[in-house]
Amino acid sequence: MTGVLVLTGVTRVHGAGEAAVHALAGIDLDVAPGELVAVMGPSGSGKSTLLTLAGGLDSPTSGTVAVEGIVLGALSRAALAAVRRRSIGYVFQDFNLIPALTAAENVALPRELDGEAPRQARALAVAALEEVGIDELADRFPDDMSGGQQQRVAIARAIVGDRRLVLADEPTGALDTETGEQVMRLLRARCDAGVAGVLVTHEARHAAWADRVVFLRDGRTVDETGRAATAESMLSSAAS
Amino acid sequence: MSVKQGLLALLEQRPMYGYQLRSEFEARTGATWPLNVGQVYTTLARLERDGLVEPAGEDGEGHAFYGITDAGRAAVTTWFETPVSRETPPRDELAIKLAIAVTVPGVDVRGVVQRQRTATIRALQDYTRLKARSGDSRKPAELAWLLVLDSLVFAAEAEIRWLDHCEVRLARAAADRPATTAPAAAATTARAEQVQR
Repeated sequence: MTGVLVLTGVTRVHGAGEAAVHALAGIDLDVAPGELVAVMGPSGSGKSTLLTLAGGLDSPTSGTVAVEGIVLGALSRAALAAVRRRSIGYVFQDFNLIPALTAAENVALPRELDGEAPRQARALAVAALEEVGIDELADRFPDDMSGGQQQRVAIARAIVGDRRLVLADEPTGALDTETGEQVMRLLRARCDAGVAGVLVTHEARHAAWADRVVFLRDGRTVDETGRAATAESMLSSAAS
Repeated sequence: MSVKQGLLALLEQRPMYGYQLRSEFEARTGATWPLNVGQVYTTLARLERDGLVEPAGEDGEGHAFYGITDAGRAAVTTWFETPVSRETPPRDELAIKLAIAVTVPGVDVRGVVQRQRTATIRALQDYTRLKARSGDSRKPAELAWLLVLDSLVFAAEAEIRWLDHCEVRLARAAADRPATTAPAAAATTARAEQVQR
């Protein structure tokens, strides 16, 4: 099965010769629709590089990154920008909403930039806000919202239209534990509804919402948890 | 032990018989710490001996009910008002295992750390799935179960953070060690481990 995001033998080297640093070294990763994959590892392990490459913001030194079957390295700059607008959504630790725009305008922005008529873009934005449970805040400005609400807007922006890949970089980093959990529940729910998600986090508690957890160290995958356990093993492990 | 106080606190609400008590206990803790009925009756016998509960009659089906006494109520109040003792840390097999592993030559300690972290993350994923499925937290029993799950989640997370920390400390210790026999052995096992993966 071909995933929404497929990394094949991805290596990213910064610098050259003696000073060369392997930020990533031979990473393979396949994220299917409906799947949430968490990437963990110490600082400098390559987590952020992986997300940057997956989002087409940087290119691998070798190997390929494909989003919905399209190999990003083969694209012109304009075509790459179009894939990024249409297929890839980002969620950041600090929300990255535009303060001068309302929630709905923030969410509609990527659609408008992609040439959608304003009215249609707004309709898609309101639908996305509905999916994250805050359509009543559509006309509110970011400064008048709590951190958790702003992150919901950011998730709505990440899934607006038909975007099927969400890349989340420490999305709970600026939130308290309870609000952070609500954001993780939401991200989990969007993935259960068919989105493919990649979550970079250093918090195991949040990584545990993922179907799979990948550990990176020094740019390599050192370990990976498998697929879901059965209900029986859950109870026996809970009891031990 | 907490089972004794827990059952006593449940009896403060109304008299109950053994099987009922077990169900009420498990409704709150989601069978995380399963009780058998025998254990419940043994505990009730002890509570009765100590004057904290008393027999409260039988129903038509022959269930023997127990009710709380005034002394029992006082014991429940004291339990809620007194912090749980942290004087003696509970025995921690993992801490003991690592403490021994770093002193026994030839043990691949980083491998021990890594395998444990994977196992603990899996457990954490399991707890999180149970949480995702849990019901409405406005219902008291669901809220109780969520708090128990949260406790398991935070404990597992603390263990993972500690394992991360151990890994860094071990790497630093290995780097600081004079280049004699030990680092060579560690490097060999690390390489063997990479090959296995």
